[in-house]
Amino acid sequence: MSLTADEVNKIAHLARLGIDKQDVAAYANDLSGMLDLMTRMSEVNTDDVEPMAHPMDQAQRLRVDKVTELNHREAFQAIAPQVEAGLYLVPKVIE
Amino acid sequence: MHNKTLAELSLGLQAKTFSSVELTQCFLDRINQHQQLNAYITVTTELAMAQAKAADQRIANGTADLLTGIPIAQKDIFCTQGVVTTCGSKMLANFSAPYNATVVDKFYLAGAVMLGKLNMDEFAMGSSNETSYFGAVRNPWNINSVPGGSSGGSAAAVSARLAASATGTDTGGSIRQPAALCGITGLKPTYGRVSRYGMIAYASSLDQGGPMTRSAEDAAIMLQAMAGFDEKDSTSVDVPVPDYRANLNKSLAGLKIGLPKEFFGEGLDENVAATLATAIDEYRRLGAEIIDISMPNLKLAIPAYYVIAPAECSANLSRFDGVRYGYRCDNPTDLTDLYTRSRGEAFGKEVKRRILMGTYALSTGYYDAYYLKAQKIRRLISEDFKAALASVDVIMGPVTPSTAFGIGEKMDDPIAMYLSDIYTIAINLAGVPAMSIPAGFVAGMPVGLQLIGDYFSEDRLLNIAHQYQQVTDWHNFIPTGFE
Repeated sequence: MSLTADEVNKIAHLARLGIDKQDVAAYANDLSGMLDLMTRMSEVNTDDVEPMAHPMDQAQRLRVDKVTELNHREAFQAIAPQVEAGLYLVPKVIE
Repeated sequence: MHNKTLAELSLGLQAKTFSSVELTQCFLDRINQHQQLNAYITVTTELAMAQAKAADQRIANGTADLLTGIPIAQKDIFCTQGVVTTCGSKMLANFSAPYNATVVDKFYLAGAVMLGKLNMDEFAMGSSNETSYFGAVRNPWNINSVPGGSSGGSAAAVSARLAASATGTDTGGSIRQPAALCGITGLKPTYGRVSRYGMIAYASSLDQGGPMTRSAEDAAIMLQAMAGFDEKDSTSVDVPVPDYRANLNKSLAGLKIGLPKEFFGEGLDENVAATLATAIDEYRRLGAEIIDISMPNLKLAIPAYYVIAPAECSANLSRFDGVRYGYRCDNPTDLTDLYTRSRGEAFGKEVKRRILMGTYALSTGYYDAYYLKAQKIRRLISEDFKAALASVDVIMGPVTPSTAFGIGEKMDDPIAMYLSDIYTIAINLAGVPAMSIPAGFVAGMPVGLQLIGDYFSEDRLLNIAHQYQQVTDWHNFIPTGFE
């Protein structure tokens, strides 16, 4: 299976990931190679196999519904690229 | 001092043969002297000296722990408050974490000294430590060879005696493979044994932290400090932590060792195979019984892994958006431009390749064919391990197909790089524990033997490794120039 440059650009857009124009062909080639590798999975019939998402097959732990976290807003925002009055700043979204 | 084991260092400190300040200074001097290895991203000189002074105080007070005053180093994937945590990426080059990883806190509590943060492949994605934004790490056994990855800085530092021991993380072999290529002992615990809180996520259902040390006994001491239930990690498993040193001296008479034929077929370097055969013979002399087994689905581990790991990576790394922390591009024109360019400018090629692969595998129309299929294969692989470990006590095999390859050799061929993970990846898919221990040399380069056990059998693996290290001294060899 091989991916086209258009498909690579589409995936990059879905991932909101900038990739250099001159690298697109190489990514298409690498991803196609990976997909070839994956076709080997179809050699095995897995119709009745339960998918395994997690090694322990454990249920998610529950806890008492009680506040345990303190407010760390200042510490968290101290490492943000741009904040003002307790808010994260990004380019204008709504005109 | 720097050649002593953790147990010896602890005794020396308690007996006041040397102080933690002296010991820490000794390691800091060595780090400074061997900068060409590029093992460290950050050296925390001041913090280390302050911790060493506090440790000496604790030793004087008689309140010392086994690791109090011993200088270790952390893979730069573990968050450290007040010390930059880069994860080997430009994205986090200036990231100062607002909290400590549980593993870091546990070592602080034990009074261990932190020498610094160790180099690694970017976001732990790599098998050679060449994808680090901070440059490749060099293998102390041959500076033109890779140390392995992703915990390459950890392996190089322990091998070259630039830290008494170190932490690593293993998603598809990232503790065991560099341990093998640098001639040290590495242990990937059972999934859920060591807390992942504050350990920057790559593929959450596979990631596991563990020790990288000079010997099995040292690994037992390190794991004792690292392991345990943590309510801050929702996948931490609440199973009691045994005394990992209690059974080290147990005899191996009657031990059943399984050798999967799939591990010894085509692709394994014949000199590596011969070295492993000698190691297996040593186990036979120790009273073990060798049993040939088969694990037919192992061959599907690489394709399944390279769907699951990138899928989880694409989800995990979506948090790096240039908004809340990490790198932000200059002058974004709009929000999409901010996301796209911040991520595009700060992630390296290998990370991008995996984000793209994962995004594709999870996208509409492909989910069933790739992601769901891979999860079903994962079940089959896991059942292979369960079946094998019901008839044998431990599975043994190679860690890598060959010894360390040259820097730059595989960087242009990512598929070849992925294929070199063939013997380590299945273990993460199943979630069982595994170790790499030094088993000899081929043309002067170290070879690792892999030991794979059942869930939560770390104490047994450590016993099996320790007994081998009592009758061999491969783990005591020191690379020339680092004596």
